[in-house]
Amino acid sequence: MAEDVRPATEAEIAEAVRVAPGPLRIVGGGTRSGAGTGAALHVSGLSGVTLYEPGALTLVALAGTPLAEVEAMLAAEGQRLPFEPTDLRGLLGRTGTPTLGGMIATNASGPRRLLAGACRDSLIGVRFVDGTGMVVKNGGRVMKNVTGYDLVKLLAGSHGTLGVLTEVSFKVLPMPRATATLRFEGLTDAGALQAMTQALGSPFEVSGAAHWPGRGTFLRIEGFPEQVAHRSASLERLLAGHGAAARMDAAETEALWRDIRDVAPFHGRAGDVWRLSVMPGDAALIGARTEAEALLYDWGGGLVWALVPEGTDLRARLGPFAGHATLVRAAPATHIARFQPEAAPLAALAAGLRARFDPRGILNPGLMA
Amino acid sequence: MQMPVPDASILARKARIVSQLFAVLPPDAVIHEPTETRAYECDGLTAYRCPPLAVVLPRSTAEVAAVLRLCHAEGVPVVPRGSGTSLAGGALPTADCVILGVARMNSVLETDYDNRFIRVQSGRTNLSVTGAVEAEGFFYAPDPSSQLACAIAGNIAMNSGGAHCLKYGVTTNNLLGVTLVTMDGTILEIGGPWMDAPGLDLLGVICGSEGQLGVVTEATLRILPKPEGARPILMGFAANEVAGACVSDIIKAGVLPVAIEFMDRPCIRACEAFAKAGYPDCEALLIVEVEGSPAEIDEQLALIKEIALRHDPVELRESRSEDESKRIWLGRKSAFGAMGQINDYMCLDGTIPVSALPHVLRRIGEMSVEFGLDVANVFHAGDGNMHPLILFDANKPGDLERCEALGAEILKLCVEVGGCLTGEHGVGIEKRDLMGVQFAPADMEAQMRVKDVFDPGWLLNPAKVFPLAITETRRAA
Repeated sequence: MAEDVRPATEAEIAEAVRVAPGPLRIVGGGTRSGAGTGAALHVSGLSGVTLYEPGALTLVALAGTPLAEVEAMLAAEGQRLPFEPTDLRGLLGRTGTPTLGGMIATNASGPRRLLAGACRDSLIGVRFVDGTGMVVKNGGRVMKNVTGYDLVKLLAGSHGTLGVLTEVSFKVLPMPRATATLRFEGLTDAGALQAMTQALGSPFEVSGAAHWPGRGTFLRIEGFPEQVAHRSASLERLLAGHGAAARMDAAETEALWRDIRDVAPFHGRAGDVWRLSVMPGDAALIGARTEAEALLYDWGGGLVWALVPEGTDLRARLGPFAGHATLVRAAPATHIARFQPEAAPLAALAAGLRARFDPRGILNPGLMA
Repeated sequence: MQMPVPDASILARKARIVSQLFAVLPPDAVIHEPTETRAYECDGLTAYRCPPLAVVLPRSTAEVAAVLRLCHAEGVPVVPRGSGTSLAGGALPTADCVILGVARMNSVLETDYDNRFIRVQSGRTNLSVTGAVEAEGFFYAPDPSSQLACAIAGNIAMNSGGAHCLKYGVTTNNLLGVTLVTMDGTILEIGGPWMDAPGLDLLGVICGSEGQLGVVTEATLRILPKPEGARPILMGFAANEVAGACVSDIIKAGVLPVAIEFMDRPCIRACEAFAKAGYPDCEALLIVEVEGSPAEIDEQLALIKEIALRHDPVELRESRSEDESKRIWLGRKSAFGAMGQINDYMCLDGTIPVSALPHVLRRIGEMSVEFGLDVANVFHAGDGNMHPLILFDANKPGDLERCEALGAEILKLCVEVGGCLTGEHGVGIEKRDLMGVQFAPADMEAQMRVKDVFDPGWLLNPAKVFPLAITETRRAA
């Protein structure tokens, strides 16, 4: 077993990868330290914000920077990451410190994803070390950039299998001055999805639409005070057919969306957790077909979280559907593929890219299998 | 502009290749007479022209696949073409290539308002995508200025933006899925009307790859509910620096306007002479537009006005009606036409960090004097995407070369201050030889590996994006 390495600079990471005799398991803040095999390549030594321009809505930081540090810095200027990064430590029963690199590697996007896009949509630049030890930069620190191919998107969500991120740039957004959440009670899954679809088809810019069976159906509105008041009232009128809505205040709103973001309803419950990306119009039917012990619908129904007994092959149970399923939490020994198997020609392209970026197959091997 | 020497063996086989094309396509879908192929000799970058070997205008994904299989087998390069509006030469032919135009593939395949997407054939024009859904109160957000003519295929190839990106993002943020045909004729379905990729984000790297990875024949696009309304405010300032500081303050205050447009004095004057929109005669002008209900708009414009007043504006004009809004936008929207009246012009597209705005405008002013060519600036200030327009006279010997040299210097400046060569037009052939200014060899090597995987023979849209010297061995292989 090769020794763990703790490089402090990008050049040291490049060297460590170049000379690595075998597989490397990339470790940021250790929230997924059990993932993968091989020697640990710790990247938490690369930490710190290198550039923050609030007036340009851009932030550049080293990939090992703790997410909390970046969020605090942004909050001090009344800004935030648009996509509401998830924190799945509670769901996965893990500890550690979430870092920017880990967040990007998993494209971790929360409820606001439906309005503001995913992590990959806010990511505007990367520097990374590929599997041969070559340092590559792509994108930059400006939000409109079509110079050359967009490897930024390719790296986001690649779980470290194409390269070790060293520095990343984001487009950030102002925080709203006011927030409100409407809660509807007693809706069936199908009724809730209809209500959310109606809301999301309106011009009132709903920034969160979730259905938590047993707890309620929730719509979040963010903006200036007058704007939030106008939009809340307009939505109430639009959705009057679904019953009266209760308005939650800012503090309740914050706690609620954090719970939805982090899938709190499943915390402390045994079983496997699946994440289904579907068409909202299919969500209620697919939800029912999962026969899950618990469900949580986010993104207006575009995202379905399902808690099922350990070892359940949900893909087999559902059969073909429009979208894809990821096994997020399972026993380490599970034989079920965590990622949705792709059509053969797509899988061949993905394998081709991996072979080019990491010809020895040493970066987080097997993590996306 | 250096282009590869056409493959003599392909030119010699023209008759055979054309007859094979006729064998897989209807007769009206193949163009091969030199008088007719001439119509495809250039795109929006008209300074460079080259008639192709032949042109095909398929009507379906199956026909596109048949053409690509055939060209792959014959080793014939293929240049995909949408509406041919590229300002970067993205669809410039080579003499030995087949132009694959998707213009006849313009159908709407599916609209789904509950799931908020539309699926179209890729030859459909940008504006007509919105046209297909606006009766139901929806729109497609990316809005390049050429939206009346440009095709979704080209939008995806160049990852096109527009004036409203600050709020709605660019093409890649609004693209959900594509049907892609690779050079060997394989038909791939990537993504679809749901969110995020199941594995590697192939869609993310296909968007913006300038037609070099495959031919997009169908696209699933996100559609959004139309805002209740929109209204602009016009502000004039005594200096570029002041206008730049005002933009930064608006953004810092938490307002996210749907558009922030910036014009400098040469541009204001030209537009005013052309469109008579009643613009003030000042150094810098901002048009800021916000969206929402009338009360929401009032709330945001009040805040913007308050910020603007701190910067001593020479003019502050808030639109009160549809008519006034139109007048405010009139000058800006006729900027390119106004320039065309004065002279030939070249439109650049670099992006800079917003903080570098005053410095960059000052340097452009100095360079303009050095090169003896006028430059007018109009651009999307919120996202730093500049469009310096260099005026020149195409009939004057040496003027085009001087204009290109000045353009290159301006783009180098954009990179030097932390920006990039192109914000929304793409590299094409226009900025191909400047790629080394922004990227180290390793950066380009990583990009070219993606090309190696999708198009190992390097037959799709040859001689674009990467400097010829570094692609030579791959193209020859």
